[in-house]
Amino acid sequence: MPRYFTDEHEWIDVDGDTATVGITDYAQEQLGDIVFVELPAPGTALTKGGDAAVVESVKAASDVYAPIDGEVSEANSALEDDPALVNTAPEGEGWFFKMTVGDAGQLEGLMDEAGYKSFCDSL
Amino acid sequence: MSDNETPEELPLDKLPLDAWHRAHGARMVPFAGYEMPIQYEGIVAEHEWTRNSAGLFDVSHMGQLLLSGPDLDAAVEAVLPIDLSTLKLGQQRYSLLLDEDGGVLDDLMVSRWPDSLYLVVNGATKWDDIGHLREHLPDEITLNHLDEQALLALQGPKAADALARHATGEYPLSALTFMKFGRFTIAGHDVTIARAGYTGEDGFEISLPGHAAAEIADLLCGEPEVKPIGLGARDSLRLEAGLPLYGHDLSPETSPIEAGLVFGINKRRRTEGGYPGATRINREIADGTARKWVGLKLDGRMPAREGAEVFVGDSKVGTVTSGGFSPTLGAPIAMAYVAAVHAEHGTALEIEVRGKRLAATVSPMPFVPHRYFRGS
Repeated sequence: MPRYFTDEHEWIDVDGDTATVGITDYAQEQLGDIVFVELPAPGTALTKGGDAAVVESVKAASDVYAPIDGEVSEANSALEDDPALVNTAPEGEGWFFKMTVGDAGQLEGLMDEAGYKSFCDSL
Repeated sequence: MSDNETPEELPLDKLPLDAWHRAHGARMVPFAGYEMPIQYEGIVAEHEWTRNSAGLFDVSHMGQLLLSGPDLDAAVEAVLPIDLSTLKLGQQRYSLLLDEDGGVLDDLMVSRWPDSLYLVVNGATKWDDIGHLREHLPDEITLNHLDEQALLALQGPKAADALARHATGEYPLSALTFMKFGRFTIAGHDVTIARAGYTGEDGFEISLPGHAAAEIADLLCGEPEVKPIGLGARDSLRLEAGLPLYGHDLSPETSPIEAGLVFGINKRRRTEGGYPGATRINREIADGTARKWVGLKLDGRMPAREGAEVFVGDSKVGTVTSGGFSPTLGAPIAMAYVAAVHAEHGTALEIEVRGKRLAATVSPMPFVPHRYFRGS
């Protein structure tokens, strides 16, 4: 299952017509302690680069953008009870939402794991 | 992902402990014209450490000013609403710098030193404060900006134990109670220690020579009770303590009476006046204000931040001035100016955040009880 990364520090796992989206370990480290995640409702239409979710740390609120076009199919309800999952398992159990892959061509512009690592090293 | 905070773009100065913070793993951010440590291991861990043990904060960005000269008390009373006849040597008091309309230019601490008054003012406002004081004080009054001095705050229930091992003076550190100060020596360096701070905990503010700051910070952090703490936890601690922060909860657009700071207008001055803004302030003390600064406890987990609007039904009745997540309470809390008719404790209000209405209740402050040391 290929995993892609955006330069806004989202990751996206693509499995056929469905994708899972979260924020990267680098992102959660920058944000610090996560206290709340506002997730999109299933059925919400997302546009690549548009607002998709909001993650609140103790300090501030940050926007999370949609990595590609599509429609939300599921939000991670585990984050309602335990937002700190984003800190402890950002690229696993701390995923944000699942979505349809509206335009597979948009994946081509995203980074792979090695590309994202060198991108973070350059920041 | 993007952070919603606006970066500051002015050139940044470095504080005496800049390299020390970096060596201790601090993440540095622009604040009040300096690069400052926002966190070391994480805001919640640092917050809880301070509530349970002792945290060392670098607040050297704040302005330390020394005023001296003939008829000093009268000259300063013309600028501040303080009663200096009741401020004795060894005492510190909260006061306010007000404009002619009674708006708040800054809040500050005033201490009576031998033959002088020592002021601690906010970092972001210190240059304006110096200009204002210079303009409004007589030429005979000397204003020294003690910019070679660093300022460290050691805060928390174990601060006194840790500091007492290093601070020696004419009397023991334990003789200081809340809002008292004295001269001490730490590792051979002359320091001034006030029993004060801005976390709601017992603690101390230590004014020390900048060249000794790293040595003294090392000494204090060598104690098992002490860890360095960043500005992130300082903000969440003062929020829980119900303490206003200049530039957020206080500004030239707010009067100190709206903010519940009537204690900052000393009793004699309320009768006599003779300070900037006295007409408005005295009227507000007598008649009340149209809006009041209140604490709000929020339902759920979503925090409301500065600028969020407060509603009753369709009517906007106020604006949040500080807000965040309380690590101690495990819930969001906020401070807001609301119309006085909605300011009673227990009043149900709503706060709008990103188009959603969050239920909130007007609650007494502090949200977490103060634990100042007022004597045994």
